[in-house]
Amino acid sequence: MGFKNYCFKKSLWVFHFGGASCNNCDIEILDCLTPRHDLERFGILLVGSIRHADVLLVNGSINRRDKDRLIELYNQAPKPLLVVAIGACGCTGGIFAEGNTFAGPVDKIIPVNAYIPGCPPKPEAIIAGIVKLVGTI
Amino acid sequence: MAVNLFYFLVFPGLLFTAVTGAFLSWFDRKISARVQFRQGPPLLQPFYDFFKLLLVKETILPKHGSPLIFLLAPVFAVFGATMAGVFILLPLLNITSGFRGDLLVIFYLLTIPSFSYIIGALASGNPLAAVGSSREMKLIMSYELTFLLVIAGIIMKTEQKIDLYSIIQAQQAGAPFIGSISGVILFIVGIFCIQAKLALVPFDMPEAEAEITEGIFIEYSGAAYAMIKLTKYIMLFILPAFLIALLMNGFRLDGIHILWAVLKVLAVVLVLTLIRNTNPRVKIKQAVSFFFLWMNLLAVIALVLISFGY
Repeated sequence: MGFKNYCFKKSLWVFHFGGASCNNCDIEILDCLTPRHDLERFGILLVGSIRHADVLLVNGSINRRDKDRLIELYNQAPKPLLVVAIGACGCTGGIFAEGNTFAGPVDKIIPVNAYIPGCPPKPEAIIAGIVKLVGTI
Repeated sequence: MAVNLFYFLVFPGLLFTAVTGAFLSWFDRKISARVQFRQGPPLLQPFYDFFKLLLVKETILPKHGSPLIFLLAPVFAVFGATMAGVFILLPLLNITSGFRGDLLVIFYLLTIPSFSYIIGALASGNPLAAVGSSREMKLIMSYELTFLLVIAGIIMKTEQKIDLYSIIQAQQAGAPFIGSISGVILFIVGIFCIQAKLALVPFDMPEAEAEITEGIFIEYSGAAYAMIKLTKYIMLFILPAFLIALLMNGFRLDGIHILWAVLKVLAVVLVLTLIRNTNPRVKIKQAVSFFFLWMNLLAVIALVLISFGY
């Protein structure tokens, strides 16, 4: 079991789901993969297909239309899957929490393993969150 | 029988090519990272990726499509790559002398992984995978003729010898073929063929992440995707090794020559990586015309030069 977990924690492939986001969190997530922060040194890669994903990054407020797609993506992913909610909107709903089309923060829809709050969180905060998440595996 | 199984499974076969190919895959990623001023992944990263996919992740079967063929296609791909690797490496490492005509067997075995990807992608029933496999088909049609012309050039250079062992012997007795003008042209053409066979960046339209989200591999997960990764590692080692056997004097395994053998493989992979990092993805039409017009033209020029003795 130890070997399996070690391999899993050394090679997390990330799939990025942006809800009704204002794009700030998307840009900060992309910042993590740029040369300055370079998440590939921890084995973290951005993948294009949900079938290859180990981590589902969710940011932005989830509205009623996003909700079905998020559940669909969660069901399509192969199963040891970690879900990370990024930004104030992903964690709690932020300023959209009272909105008419808001369909609940991420953890009301799918189980969430880690929360990274901030509006937007800095790349350093995202990396710190990922490192803490890796520590729990 | 036991010796053949050992050849296939352990020494020049599955285990050796896979481990070497995994390290070459790390080399490729590390050089890419250094080109982009990044730190790059740790040395054992390809092994972590492979074992994570094989042992940890769940394998999802397609609902619409044929699960059996979907699962068998990666196994065929590993089989084809390993067989090609055995036939290339046995003469190259001077273990046996191969058999007459093994060059053509290698040529056909090297296409099995690409065909398996196509079959597996079509069996998954995903429309994006279908787009990817149609692109892969067009890519195969464009580079195979060019690759055959490169091999034809080598056969002409060695006075109609069609086994790998005599080609290597002819070079070790005389000069490596890359030392001549026609050899340099054949090397350039061969590098681009390998680039397309490995689906590295200028020719990675079958698995374009941005437009068709991994294309032919979109539905693969878990152990099946691990098999595909394994095929990719093996191909990353045996195709440069094949080019070295054809043009760059092969390997010699005594004393300091082992270092040269390693450096030759690393140099060819370095060229592939630099091409991949400095070029954008081309459209399928551009790739077809690139191979059909320009690379075939270069290969034919090389053949004409060879017939005049250059």
